[in-house]
Amino acid sequence: MKAKVKAWQGVALIAAVLAVLPFAVGLGMGNAWVRVLDFALLYIMLALGLNIVVGFAGLLDLGYIAFYAIGAYLYALLSSPHFGLHWPAWAVLPLGAAVAGLFGVLLGAPTLRLRGDYLAIVTLGFGEIIRIFLNNLNSPVNITNGPQGIARIDPISVFGVPLSRPLDVLGVSLPGVYLYYYLFALVALGIIFVTMRLEDSRIGRAWVAIREDEIAAKACGINTRNVKLLAFAMGASFGGVAGGLFAGFQEFVSPESFSLMESVMVLCMVVLGGMGHVPGVVLGGLLLAVLPEALRQGAGPVQLALFGRVLLDPESLRILLFGLALILVMQYRPAGLWPSATRRREFSENPPEPGR
Amino acid sequence: MDTFVQQIINGLTLGSIYALVALGYTMVYGILGLINFAHGEVVMIGALTALAVIKPLAGAGLPWPLAVLAGVAAAIAACMALGFVIERVAYRPLRNAPRLAPLITAIGVSMVLQQLAMIIWGRNYHSFPQLLPATPRAIGGAQITDLQIMIVAVAILMMAGLALLVNRTRLGRAMRATAENPQIAGLMGVDANHIVSLTFVIGSALAAVAGVMVSANYGIAHYNMGFILGLKAFTAAVLGGIGNLTGAMLGGILLGLIEALGAGYIGDLTGGFLGSDYQDVFAFFVLIVVLIFRPSGLMGEKVSERA
Amino acid sequence: MKLNSLALSISSALMLISCSKEAPPPPSVTAAPPPLVVKLGHAAPLTGPQAHLGKDNENGARLAIADANARKPRIGGRDVVFELLSEDDQADPKQGTLVAQKFVDAKVNGVIGHLNSGTTIPASKIYADAGLPQISPSATNPQYTLQGFKTAFRVMANDVQQGRVLGDYAAKQLKAGTVAIIDDKTAYGEGLAKEFKKAAEADGVRIVAEEHTDDKAVDFAAILTKVKSKKPDLLFYGGMDAQAGPMAAQMKKLGLKSKFLMGDGGCTVEFAKLAGDAAEGHYCSLPGVPLDKMPGGVAFRDHYKAMFNTDIQLYAPYVYDAVMVMIDAMKRADSVEPAKYRAELPKTAYAGVTSMISFDEKGDIKDGAVTLYQFRGGIKEPLETIGASPTAAVPAPAAAPAKPAEKK
Repeated sequence: MKAKVKAWQGVALIAAVLAVLPFAVGLGMGNAWVRVLDFALLYIMLALGLNIVVGFAGLLDLGYIAFYAIGAYLYALLSSPHFGLHWPAWAVLPLGAAVAGLFGVLLGAPTLRLRGDYLAIVTLGFGEIIRIFLNNLNSPVNITNGPQGIARIDPISVFGVPLSRPLDVLGVSLPGVYLYYYLFALVALGIIFVTMRLEDSRIGRAWVAIREDEIAAKACGINTRNVKLLAFAMGASFGGVAGGLFAGFQEFVSPESFSLMESVMVLCMVVLGGMGHVPGVVLGGLLLAVLPEALRQGAGPVQLALFGRVLLDPESLRILLFGLALILVMQYRPAGLWPSATRRREFSENPPEPGR
Repeated sequence: MDTFVQQIINGLTLGSIYALVALGYTMVYGILGLINFAHGEVVMIGALTALAVIKPLAGAGLPWPLAVLAGVAAAIAACMALGFVIERVAYRPLRNAPRLAPLITAIGVSMVLQQLAMIIWGRNYHSFPQLLPATPRAIGGAQITDLQIMIVAVAILMMAGLALLVNRTRLGRAMRATAENPQIAGLMGVDANHIVSLTFVIGSALAAVAGVMVSANYGIAHYNMGFILGLKAFTAAVLGGIGNLTGAMLGGILLGLIEALGAGYIGDLTGGFLGSDYQDVFAFFVLIVVLIFRPSGLMGEKVSERA
Repeated sequence: MKLNSLALSISSALMLISCSKEAPPPPSVTAAPPPLVVKLGHAAPLTGPQAHLGKDNENGARLAIADANARKPRIGGRDVVFELLSEDDQADPKQGTLVAQKFVDAKVNGVIGHLNSGTTIPASKIYADAGLPQISPSATNPQYTLQGFKTAFRVMANDVQQGRVLGDYAAKQLKAGTVAIIDDKTAYGEGLAKEFKKAAEADGVRIVAEEHTDDKAVDFAAILTKVKSKKPDLLFYGGMDAQAGPMAAQMKKLGLKSKFLMGDGGCTVEFAKLAGDAAEGHYCSLPGVPLDKMPGGVAFRDHYKAMFNTDIQLYAPYVYDAVMVMIDAMKRADSVEPAKYRAELPKTAYAGVTSMISFDEKGDIKDGAVTLYQFRGGIKEPLETIGASPTAAVPAPAAAPAKPAEKK
């Protein structure tokens, strides 16, 4: 009973922090940082989706951003002047999740036999193929508008209120970035809830079994094919939702947003945060989305203080420090910044991982 | 017909370039089971170092062949040192870490090397001097330059040399033993750390040569040139069966041919529906098909489970 | 000047750190009331494959600001000091909107940028919502000004304008009967190639091959071989110099002897450097009038070289003009408030270093002149200027920009 009260207190505290956060950030550091938070939330959704594939089921996916792209383009095509369609967000977003999930299965099915590095390169190829198709499908029939991208996408509306415009609530004018923040936070919380429940479910345990030893899992009666496909589909559908939100938020999509580097970034979030551990992954997503921005702003003054002038462009220094951070974290916390308790235990007891 | 012969030549050249880079990938993988994602950046450093040495030396009046040799030597030395440092600093501490940790580190190394190169050599594209006279020779109606012939030859020589090294020498035996099982190799008196370092250093020397060849062929060098090249070479290595030297060569040539013939003919075959804009799609598509039927690549070993 | 530029770069670096803090005024200003600091945002990719172009843009803006400050401007009865707030948008649409938001937060008075269409378009919405004027020096995608934003302007001919001139030129002046087209499948390259094709076909040219590459490629042998088999009179490339240079070199190696024509992306010294002697005789176009023909053009080039110790890459003159056009509008409105001087921007008639600049109702440059060049001995020499408005031939002195226009 007491534990339950405590849990609810925790939830209430988190909810309060989440509700106040944009105001604290926005008033303290400017709305650009609220926008950074919005993107961080999108990245958290992506990282959680990829975590199912990589973290839970142990399938290395380097083309995950393709599902994000599919969700984004579906939204763009179905609610923009491009085809003259203006479907509402509540219809397009679930559809995006479903279509992305379908593509997840399409990717998963032929690659079931592949392991580790081979799977990595095939998924990488899949991601590139999707991007190239999006870039090329403007001739002979114009579907995606090619490299020009699709502009003037409808903003996401909730109960008829477009989130792109400031909204007056009790005399306070909330800018669009705040409204999107609350929407994204809600969706992200939903995804966190689903993944946490999944982790403890029968399916979640089956995924972990496959990650640890596929042959043993099969021997235990797990239908590895279906369970693996489910992992691909679930992960992909989260990516699809995030993509739809991205398209509505940006009101513009073009293939360059879905490059290989983005896939790599999301993977870094998962691994850096702590594979297979939901709070760790959330932390990883938050850090990698916010850190580059912080470095960009912090690099200049530190140099100015140390050397009296700016020796290196803050821009190059930012990426340099980001690269170094990746190396250092992996050196000192190879299981991620916040690994799950079981994983940490395994890791300290018996160093060599089962090969994959 | 002339066009077809020319496309084959194009494909072979491109393929040999991929193979040159893929050999380095595959060698490191064969011994360590580690994808050195930063290999492409080492190639880039090799090219830019060679350029930095060749230009002033040639400018100072040193005879051209000597300047080129000095440049290549400097590039090899610089890359070997770099390879040694990368392995020591970034990969060695992770020898027993989870599988994905070195991958992330490699991405970090790749970013750091790129930015360092940008700080040293700037953001501009550099023109790379012609190493050999560029006048093409005509074979039938097709054209081939001396450099293209040299690239194919160097790729084959390198593959043969590496195969000899791995299969016929004492060092090679130690490498294979380390690849099989580092602990037991250690019991047999092999210093595994030493072998791994050497593998990296040799792989990086290959990268330096590849960098010079690539830049000379296209006449261009840039701090960002390594990433795509590394990616393609990695694809080639996997296609051939990663860890297998002949496979890397075969995968490279195959990928080059697919890209050249794909860009050259698919447009006409599909009535203009798919054109050269799908060049990379063909390459990845073939890769996926090959891996579906041969999950460890064309020449890969059947046992896919390696620690 | 050196010192001044150092001070500038330091102060702009300071701006990067904290947008809220006012940077110390340059030591040269000694007026009793502190001058009003007017911040202008500048966005371009400063990292990644296009970093060299982005830095060039930033330099152009920096030079414009230094020049404007050297004239001790007074707006609204106060001394003003312009300051540059330069941000890296990484040529990434998402980063572009972040940078845009940052500018809005920092309450900049206007934005110069972005370099790419892909970042300019999503960012333009944020500027429009904030009522912040934006002048892009180099985004050429027609969509940018078709969104109906009152804040979006550009000082460069868009793809439609430039592609049309290029297509006509290929058909009429270069007398090409058959043409092959290659583009790099970016918004810029493909957009330009498409408009080129339309114009060329309208003039009766037959398109014998359409091939594609990408903006990171270095190997064009396969597509060039295919082009060669179709024996076109001319090969058009829609893309940037980093690809065009090696492409020209590979054309020579493959014995493809067609004429070679490019848009502004390939119209750089960099192209000649990368192609080597294979650049000889090739054609390219740049929006605007040759620098030598414009008053202040030569001075601009020398000044640029002296200040940054490097040659102009590509868009720096356009950035310079974009900044000057914005400042000009502020002067005419006698206000640095975006809401006030925005109304003056459509009335612009400014003799810049690239051409005579005025805007049409969408915010595109009016009768954008396009100049064709040919590479001879590694240098691009102007051939002719097409579509120049008569005012551009006898422009007003740059120091006193277009006085009569103020009265309108």
